[in-house]
Amino acid sequence: MGNFFGFILSMIYFDKVTKVYDDSTKALCDVTLKIEPKEFVSIVGHSGAGKTTLIKMLLAEEKPTEGKIFFESTNINALKKSEVNKLRRRIGTIFQDYRLLPNKTVYENIAFAMEAAGRTDEEIVADVPYVLELVDLADKELNFPTELSGGERQRVAIARAIVNQPDVIVADEPTGNLDPINTYEIVQILKKINDLGTTVILTTHNKGVIDELGKRVITLEGGRIVRDDPTGRYVL
Amino acid sequence: MFWLSFKRILKTGFIDFWRNGVVSLSAIFVMVITLLILTGAIFSSVLLEHTLTSLEQKVDININLLPDAAEATIEKMREDLSTLPQIESVQLLSRDEVLQEFITDNSDEQITLDALELLQDNPFGASLKIKAVDLSQYEAINKFLEDNYEVGTVNSVIDSVNSTKKHEVIEKLSNIIDAGEKFGAIITIIFIILSILITLNTIRLAMYISRDEIRVMNLVGADHSYITGPFIVAGAIYGLVSSILVMILLYPITLYVGKDTAELFFGLDLFEYYLQNFGQILLVIVAAGIFIGSVSSFVAIKRYLKDR
Repeated sequence: MGNFFGFILSMIYFDKVTKVYDDSTKALCDVTLKIEPKEFVSIVGHSGAGKTTLIKMLLAEEKPTEGKIFFESTNINALKKSEVNKLRRRIGTIFQDYRLLPNKTVYENIAFAMEAAGRTDEEIVADVPYVLELVDLADKELNFPTELSGGERQRVAIARAIVNQPDVIVADEPTGNLDPINTYEIVQILKKINDLGTTVILTTHNKGVIDELGKRVITLEGGRIVRDDPTGRYVL
Repeated sequence: MFWLSFKRILKTGFIDFWRNGVVSLSAIFVMVITLLILTGAIFSSVLLEHTLTSLEQKVDININLLPDAAEATIEKMREDLSTLPQIESVQLLSRDEVLQEFITDNSDEQITLDALELLQDNPFGASLKIKAVDLSQYEAINKFLEDNYEVGTVNSVIDSVNSTKKHEVIEKLSNIIDAGEKFGAIITIIFIILSILITLNTIRLAMYISRDEIRVMNLVGADHSYITGPFIVAGAIYGLVSSILVMILLYPITLYVGKDTAELFFGLDLFEYYLQNFGQILLVIVAAGIFIGSVSSFVAIKRYLKDR
């Protein structure tokens, strides 16, 4: 019964999800997982544990072999192409390799996310400088990504992720390429975003980050959830 | 909303074209070659067509009548021939005009002219010059003359009909040109398809370079049309710039070969043709360039657009 109503009560709900790739690799196995609104959830695990597959399925980049994934009460796998785009606009994404558009300036990278969401020019002119202030990059708006440091690029990615005020921020190893100071700064920004009411899902290898956060930690191993601690620490 | 997106797509397409300088240059280079091949095909077709028309205009039937043929008979023959649908025009040359034409044609041959002067009377009869609608009709006209005017018999007013051999040679030549035109068209089509494929692959390479960018656009929730649009605009710009370059290149090329083509192809100077038909050629090349560029971009980007 708990499973049946799970998707109604939670923001994100993985219902007995299994993912087997074409080459027979089993990335996820019978994963059931519930994430509430305004939660900060960290997902940890070794390489190949299934963290990225989990994120890809939430973004509708991959389909589960078995099971269902709900975003609020919507079954993600039943969405049409145009609806997938609408879903993605409600989820801000941050990646280890930043994934910025190399031929666009900092300003244009952030504006693109707003344009994609159909926002007006006036909104773009008002909001982009505001988020750039938030991530402390107001003076870099005309720079191209190649002209920025790793930490700065990741802050641009965060600015792009939050500019449409999404319901969820998904950060896949966002500190993987950063030094400790930049890592600390990025985690502080993510905490601030969560404090303002946005759900944050973070995957990481960084023990220091997890221990410092003191929030819920889900541990994946061989595609299965082996631990789910409400205020966990990094244990592998 | 539509106009806002359209405006943004156009702007982004122009900016991408400018910022991806090296990719744009290589795409333009390949498209210039494609469009030059296309222009070559158009010019070849024009030259062959002109040659065929010129040859056809040179063919006529000369009906040489006996000097004592009555004027009424000649006039009736002219009227009869004029009513035939296979005949484009009939021109009557009087005996004096025929004599004058003979003298002009043989002005270098003094012996012949001296011999002509020894004759007391004009030895030539009147003549009818017939031009057929097209080459294939000459056979039918000859048959009409044989059936109605007893050509080759003692009763005939016709001295000779001097067309048959000339038109047979020209008909053979025109058949060769016709076959050459068809063969040329097939070769041209193959070349055009090959060059379009090369263009497509060049643009596909440009898309391959942008594949991560396209994936990011997908991930931030951009619609397919919003992702594809700027690439199609950039493709159209490749085509536009290439066609302008081709039009500029055609000036020295046609200037260089113009005199030779005039000598070889019955006076058709390609440079003159290029100048006189500049607008039309520009329109065809620009339309082809934009079409090839934008369609190639559209086809190339398709494979990177899958959602999952």
